[in-house]
Amino acid sequence: MKTGFSVFLAAFVALGASWFGLVYCPLKQLGVATETKVLQSDAKWPLQRTGDATLGLQVYRSAGCAACHTEQVRQTGAANVLTITEIGSHQPADLKAFIASLASSVTELMNSSNAVAANLAGWNGELPKVLYSGDDDTVVSMLGDKLKAVGVKTEARVVATGADIARGWGTRQSVAADYLYDAPVQLGNLRAGPDLSTIGVRAPDLNWQLQHLYAPRSLVKNSTMPAFRFLFSVQKKAEGKDSADALVLPKEFAPTDGYEVVPTAEAKQLAAYLVSLKNNAPLYEAPFSPITAAK
Amino acid sequence: MNPTENKTICSSEIDASCRVPLLALFGGAALWLVLGLALGLAAVMTFHKPDMFADCAFLTFGRAQTAANDLLLYGFAIPAALGVMLWIFARLSQAPLALPIVPVVAANLWHLGVFIGTATILSGGSTGHPWLEYPRAAAVLLFAAFMLIAVCAVATMGSRTNGELYPSHWFFFAALLWFAWSYGSANIFLQSHQQPRGVVQAVIDWWLTNNLLFVWLALAGIGIAFYFLPKIAGKPLASRGYALFGLLTLVFFGSWVGIPQSAPVPAWLPTVSAYAGLLSLVSIVAIAIVTKKTVCGACVKCSGGPFCFIKFGMLSFVVSSLLYISEFCPRYSRVLEFTWFNFGVTQWQLLGFAGMILCGAIYEILPRVMGKELPFAKLAKVNFFLFAGGTLLFVIPLLIGGVEQGKALNNSAIPFADASGVALKFLRISTTGQLLVLLGALCLLLNILVMTLQWKLGLVKTVVGVVKDSLAEGSAYQPLPCDKEAKP
Repeated sequence: MKTGFSVFLAAFVALGASWFGLVYCPLKQLGVATETKVLQSDAKWPLQRTGDATLGLQVYRSAGCAACHTEQVRQTGAANVLTITEIGSHQPADLKAFIASLASSVTELMNSSNAVAANLAGWNGELPKVLYSGDDDTVVSMLGDKLKAVGVKTEARVVATGADIARGWGTRQSVAADYLYDAPVQLGNLRAGPDLSTIGVRAPDLNWQLQHLYAPRSLVKNSTMPAFRFLFSVQKKAEGKDSADALVLPKEFAPTDGYEVVPTAEAKQLAAYLVSLKNNAPLYEAPFSPITAAK
Repeated sequence: MNPTENKTICSSEIDASCRVPLLALFGGAALWLVLGLALGLAAVMTFHKPDMFADCAFLTFGRAQTAANDLLLYGFAIPAALGVMLWIFARLSQAPLALPIVPVVAANLWHLGVFIGTATILSGGSTGHPWLEYPRAAAVLLFAAFMLIAVCAVATMGSRTNGELYPSHWFFFAALLWFAWSYGSANIFLQSHQQPRGVVQAVIDWWLTNNLLFVWLALAGIGIAFYFLPKIAGKPLASRGYALFGLLTLVFFGSWVGIPQSAPVPAWLPTVSAYAGLLSLVSIVAIAIVTKKTVCGACVKCSGGPFCFIKFGMLSFVVSSLLYISEFCPRYSRVLEFTWFNFGVTQWQLLGFAGMILCGAIYEILPRVMGKELPFAKLAKVNFFLFAGGTLLFVIPLLIGGVEQGKALNNSAIPFADASGVALKFLRISTTGQLLVLLGALCLLLNILVMTLQWKLGLVKTVVGVVKDSLAEGSAYQPLPCDKEAKP
């Protein structure tokens, strides 16, 4: 019996400790979070959703969209990037030669000369052109200064890196602050479909979203997304005319003649929610910068 | 009182005292298992034919898959484990089940809760928190039912004649405490009107998921295995010390795992989880050693019997736990996250580990409790091979597909559609395995169902017989011919 009591006590302490660590502490640390500020701006973050978008989050929950979609962008690191925006009166070939000579003569630039040369290989003057992308911020400021002196305009940025970012799913990693107003928070843990944290930036058109919900393969050829036809109603056209919000569908996805597809309120709400997903503001804890220096 | 005499009298009485509660728990569990697997199969059809359920809101992937997962955990694994636990508690106490009506009520409440929860998810009322999708009404029913069963279990343990505790007691103790605390507290936070704001919801949910799928299933499953393995092998549990060590490391470290590595939360949370995962390796090794020492050298031919089930279950525990922990290693998580890998591991834990051990235990217990052989003993063996082969065929393609998909997702040169396409091929294979597991589950359901029907028919016959006799012979009272069997 003595072992029994000690085992019970040990289990109690173990569970209590894990509850304290993974429930109580996060509640104290994150549960009291409030709006933060967007970097280099007075705007608050996150934005409150309004109207249909608020209701749309509940449609997203109800249909179980999070079973296949994440709302969370990962980032592996950050890089300093220098981009040429204007070359003034120079010829691209001359500028290339000038930059190559700079890179081989200035001590601070020597380590990066190969990277810069590789970026410029095959460049015919199209702008903007990424000149340097890497860890070293002295290269960025030095090159920017030297090019400014000859009348070439550049922009320096800090950008997030990683496969998710390269796929265009976001400009920075997702952070706790992004989900402040979500109830429930639906991060998802399977990417059978693409990440949706910035779908509102990538596909801001409500009609595109509605058509995609009704017939995914009419817009994305190999999509595995199930069609959500139950969010739409197929009805007879009144006097042979389309209603105002009827979907314009390609022929093979359209219903038979004389009928039209009209989104229900839920479909409209879901589309409004998707369009509202724009987690791309620069924050203190996810410091990608719009432009740190324009020279 | 003479203890040996007491024992010989009780063995069948103990079993008989468990009959009605266990039939209620196992019967419902088997039914939910079949429904859950069927629903999972329907859900995955979406990936073979995307527009299959386009007009059918309640079978859309997000709902059907969620309901299927919950059916496997809440519908099958937990009530079946509770039934087996009750029987083991009674057997270890050498006393009939205390308060036998309480678990019958509890089983019905539990199944009602699962029914309400499933219906709500399918009609779109899920809470949106993974593994905690059941609405408040269902959660309250599950919690109340669990507490009733816990009371019955503790009361049965209190009535034991031998003071000493067996290792299974420890594991079950911890399991009873664990579910009540984690399920109760997670529900209180996430289902209250004043939900915590923001990503804390996800953290609490990850904590609960880990504690149910990893810790609770391990506590229940290993406790059961540590009772049956020595019994069937005919030798004592190899080392109580290792068992205790395995238990303590499991509860101390295992309960801190669960926060995904790239979660959008302060960095200390995933870091703690990664280290806890590393430390809980110790526990898995300790449990594997106890199992190996107990099982090896046992002269038991199992050929698809309960021993096979439980051995396979323990092997699954070791492998699936290692895979589960690898998901929390920062190095691998980048590849494994957001792929089918996680789904594969979860299914292995639920079907390969918990499912296997529970089926084995049910096949071992049922004939004793009912006092007669299984109606389809051959189907029980078929069940083993279907389950073992099916689980592997179901899970391994998902794991490999998950790794391939993860590699492709991490290479931004591969378009997203191609990255998903990689996993799709493997998903097609895994559906075959899912079908085999479903067939295995049907064998279990058939056995339990037929046994219940036979028993009910027997009851009716007895009652009819008594009524006939009393009509024929006037009002003279006659005791029931098989009084003991008829009593629940």
